[in-house]
Parts: sequence; C-alpha cells; structure tokens
Amino acid sequence: MGSITLEHVNKSFGEVQVIPDISLDIKDGEFVVFVGPSGCGKSTLLRLIAGLEDTTSGIIKLDGQDVTDAAPAKRGLAMVFQSYALYPHMSVRDNIAFPLKMAKLPPEVIAQKVDYAARTLNLASYLDRRPRALSGGQRQRVAIGRAIVREPKAFLFDEPLSNLDAALRVNMRLEITELHQQLKTTMIYVTHDQVEAMTMADRIVVLNAGNVEQFGSPLDLYKKPANRFVAGFIGSPKMNFVDGPEAAKHNAHSIGVRPEHFKLSTTEGAWKGTVGVAEQLGSDTFLHVQTDGLGLMTIRTDGDQTFKHGDVVYLTPDATRIYKFDAAGKAI
Amino acid sequence: MARRVSVQTRIGFTVLAWAVALLLFSPILWTLLTAFKTEAEAIATPPTFFPQNFTLENFEAVQDRSDYIKHAWNSIVVSVGSTLLGLIIAIPAAWSMAFAPSKRTKDILMWMLSTKMMPAVGVLIPIYLIFRDLRLLDTVHGLTLIMTLINLPIIVWMLYTYFKEIPVDILEAARMDGAELWNEIVHVLVPMAVPGIASTLLLNVILAWNEAFWTITLTSGRAGTLTAFISSFSSPQGLFLAKLSAASLLAIAPILLLGWFSQKQLVRGLTFGAVK
Repeated sequence: MGSITLEHVNKSFGEVQVIPDISLDIKDGEFVVFVGPSGCGKSTLLRLIAGLEDTTSGIIKLDGQDVTDAAPAKRGLAMVFQSYALYPHMSVRDNIAFPLKMAKLPPEVIAQKVDYAARTLNLASYLDRRPRALSGGQRQRVAIGRAIVREPKAFLFDEPLSNLDAALRVNMRLEITELHQQLKTTMIYVTHDQVEAMTMADRIVVLNAGNVEQFGSPLDLYKKPANRFVAGFIGSPKMNFVDGPEAAKHNAHSIGVRPEHFKLSTTEGAWKGTVGVAEQLGSDTFLHVQTDGLGLMTIRTDGDQTFKHGDVVYLTPDATRIYKFDAAGKAI
Repeated sequence: MARRVSVQTRIGFTVLAWAVALLLFSPILWTLLTAFKTEAEAIATPPTFFPQNFTLENFEAVQDRSDYIKHAWNSIVVSVGSTLLGLIIAIPAAWSMAFAPSKRTKDILMWMLSTKMMPAVGVLIPIYLIFRDLRLLDTVHGLTLIMTLINLPIIVWMLYTYFKEIPVDILEAARMDGAELWNEIVHVLVPMAVPGIASTLLLNVILAWNEAFWTITLTSGRAGTLTAFISSFSSPQGLFLAKLSAASLLAIAPILLLGWFSQKQLVRGLTFGAVK
C-alpha cells in the first residue's frame, strides 16, 4: 500500500513562504509527476513527503497514518536523487544492500535481494565496482536498485534524469515507466521537463510559486488546462496567446491556440504573417511567424512543408480548439 | 601558462631555500650533535661541531635520573587519549554544525576558536584550584582531560571544514535508506571523512605531545609527559647541555618519526578545501 495525502501543507524558510497551502490526494500505485518551472517548490514538496524537511504546518499521511513528525527512516519511502547520492566508499553491492542492512535483514536474504535487483537492472557484472567506476546511467541504475530492494511504500524521484545525456534520458525514462508497470508501487517524480511529465505520469501536478495550478491526467491538462499558466506550460512547443481585440471577439480577455491547431495557407486565412525562422525536424516543421499586430506565433506543421524566411503565410486557428481565459488567467 | 624562470633565478632560489631550511634545522642538528658529546665538550670554547669523544653516557644518565619510558608512556596515553576523546566529542558537534546549522553556528565556531587566542595563564588559577579540589593534579586522566579541552576547538574546526565538503545528498540518502543518526555517522559520514579525520588525529596528537604549559604546571613526578621530562633537566644547579640535548632528542624522536611517516597525509589535511 502507498497512498499519500497532504492536508493544507505549508512550508516557510524563515520569512520566505515556499509552499503556501497544498492539499493533494495520491492514490496507491499511482505514478504522479510534480512539474513546474525552477523554484516553484516541487522539490521542496517532495522533500516534505520524504521527511527531509519539516512542514511549517499541515498534515502528511501515508496510508491514512499521520507521518508529519516521523523521521525519514520511519516512513518506509525510498528516494532517488538527482546527484545519485551513492555511497562512494562502498561497492555497488554494498550500496544496494545498505538499506537492507539498516533493516537488519539476515545476510542470506540480503544477498538474494541484491542479486535479484542487480539482474533486474543489468548491474550483475558491476556489483564489485565502486560508484566512481560507473557511467552516469549505471550510477542512476544503482540508485534505483538501492530504492527497489527495500520494497518501499512509495518511490520518490527528484529530477533523476537531469544529469544524463539526451539519449540515455529517453532510455531511463522508459525503464522507470516499465519498472512502475512491474512493481505497481506509488511513484512521485519531480521534473521541470514537461515531456517527461506527459510521457510518464498517470496524473500530473502542475506547480507554480508553491501553488497547485492543476492536478489531472496528462491529456486532461493538455485538453482542458485550468488556466493560462498550465496551458502555457504543458505542450511543446508552447501555446500561442493573443490578447486585446482579437480575444474580445471570442468574449475572452485572452485566447490561446496550440501550434498544432492552425490551418496554414499561402493565399487566405484569418491572420496574416511572415515566416521568420523555420525549424525543420524532419517529422515536423516549426514555423516562427511574425503576424501583423498579434506578435510572434509558433506553428507546427508536417515535415514536408518547405517554407523559408520571408514567406507570407495565412494562419487560421481551429475554432473548436481555441482556449479562452478571463482577466485573472482562468480558463473560461 | 608556466612562467619563464631564468637559470640564475632558479639557482638563486635554490640556494636561498637551502639556507632557510638549514637555518631552521640548525637547532635540531645542534641538539642531535650535542647529545653525543661529553658535558665538558658541550660547553667548550671554541665550540666543536662534531663530537670529539662520541659517547652515549648522556642517554644512560637521563634514563637513570628520570624514567624516560614512564614519561614517554604518559605522553602516548595523554596525546592519543585526548585526541580520541576529542574526536568522540567533536564528530557529532561538527556534524551538527556542518549539516544542521542554526543562525548562531558561525558565532559558536568563532567563539570556540577565540578561546584558543586567550593566553593559557589567564585561566591557570581557576583550573589549578578545580584540579586540586577534584584530586586531578598529577594524574594522567586529569591531564588527558585538560588536553582534550584545550584542543577541542581545533578538532571541531578541522572536522567541520572536512564535513562541509561532503555532499548532504549522500547523508540524506542514508536517512531515506533507514539509517538512524548513529548509523548515518558511523557507516556513511565517518568512512567518507577518513582522510580528514586521520589528519585531524595526527595534528592533535602532535599538538598534545608538544604541549608544555599545562603539563608542567599540573603534573610533577607521576603523570609528567616528555615535555615535563625535558624541563626537569634545566636544573638550578646549572645547565647540563649534553644531558638536556639527549633528553630533548628522546622526547622529540617519536613524534618526529610519526610526522615523517605521515607528512603526506598531514599536508593534504592542512590544505584540504583550500582548492576545489
């Protein structure tokens, strides 16, 4: 079991309030991603759940039990750090075995569990090496191995892939998702990368300045963003926003159109513009179009389009997919 | 880019460096040579450089007059004992200052160091009276205690500096892995800080070994260490330079050897953290 409940959790460092008031309900077995720009409080929130920081007020419950004042060691959670945080003076085997030794399991059980974890994570041939003799990806696997052997109630991941190169990041992303399918244990994953959030999560918590902007499934967030912040944060490239008279035509303070929701034409359309940069990705082309009076817009189109700098284009937003926001930025 | 240095400059600096080194070494060399001279030769004018009549009688006389082995044993017990006791107190203290600092941590560290700036004689009378009333005068454990206390600020400071270099993530990982504070310190912090702890240990053994003020004032025959042993040779009947030299040589020999074998560790320890 591993349900996690936060009730009116507040955290201040001295005068600075990092998390004003957060309540969340994470179900057992769920993969929840905390996503937001840097400094939004997502790592702090994870550390509060882990017990590495004390809450200023509010209650944290694990499986319905109040653990607000429990030491990290007593919560039964496992954490994977961005820096891997392996014990440099121990071999890979001892690193993975450490939590089991702390739990005072008999040596034969420890050996069995370490072997199993090593086989699962393809670490069997590195067991006697020290962490410094491993590559970044292998180190991250050891960190994950150390987390899984103790069969925690939930896994906490603090930006675990940030130090890896792009190709490895995609691989590890798949491995962690696969691991979640196998173990079906609650996972909380902190990232600033919305692609990681969208691809891995059952549900996403979008955080901004310590507040939960929206908590929902990736497609919910994409299709029905609660506000302008979520609309702008989820989706790549970013949503285009238009204010002023053009928005007023739709009875809104501002409107948003995703780059993929435009019809593009060289002859006619709602908004006229000039192509600035055309980014050819092969599968897609991103056009950065300077529109007349509406600012710079990003358009996603298929990879066969061959627009170039200076071409005049007409953009027509898909009327059914225009997002409307009021003056406070809330979705209408 | 390396700076260009002319051959002349290099020779000049080499000669200068040797001159300074020999100058600094000359008292020890003089002591070494005098220890093997007769008393008469030691005070002869003009002085001789090498012993004319090489003799070991000074060493015999020193051992006969005051028990070298006993003093050496006291020195070992006091210096090693006070350092180990200091480490036991300082490791948790430095842990809390490095990893759970409060607003006042910096002030406390400065205050601790400031006690080292005060002349020891300033607290001589109260400490002497406390020692007398607690019957700690001229006892090895009493001396070990005072040596622990006077070196504690340095031990805490050194360990604090080493601990600051250890990434806090790793200690947090240990906490998440179910390690209580004790296990976190014993299984993770201490093994990672071994080089720092070793050089702290070495430096403090040397400091305690060489300490003379408290040793001479708080001990007499029973608990005296080698520094008290040397001072006993500057007697009112006049200076016996050859015997004093032999005693000094015997007193510094163990610590000189320790320093010689651990100089790499010591230098690393003393410059640790100076450069990333």
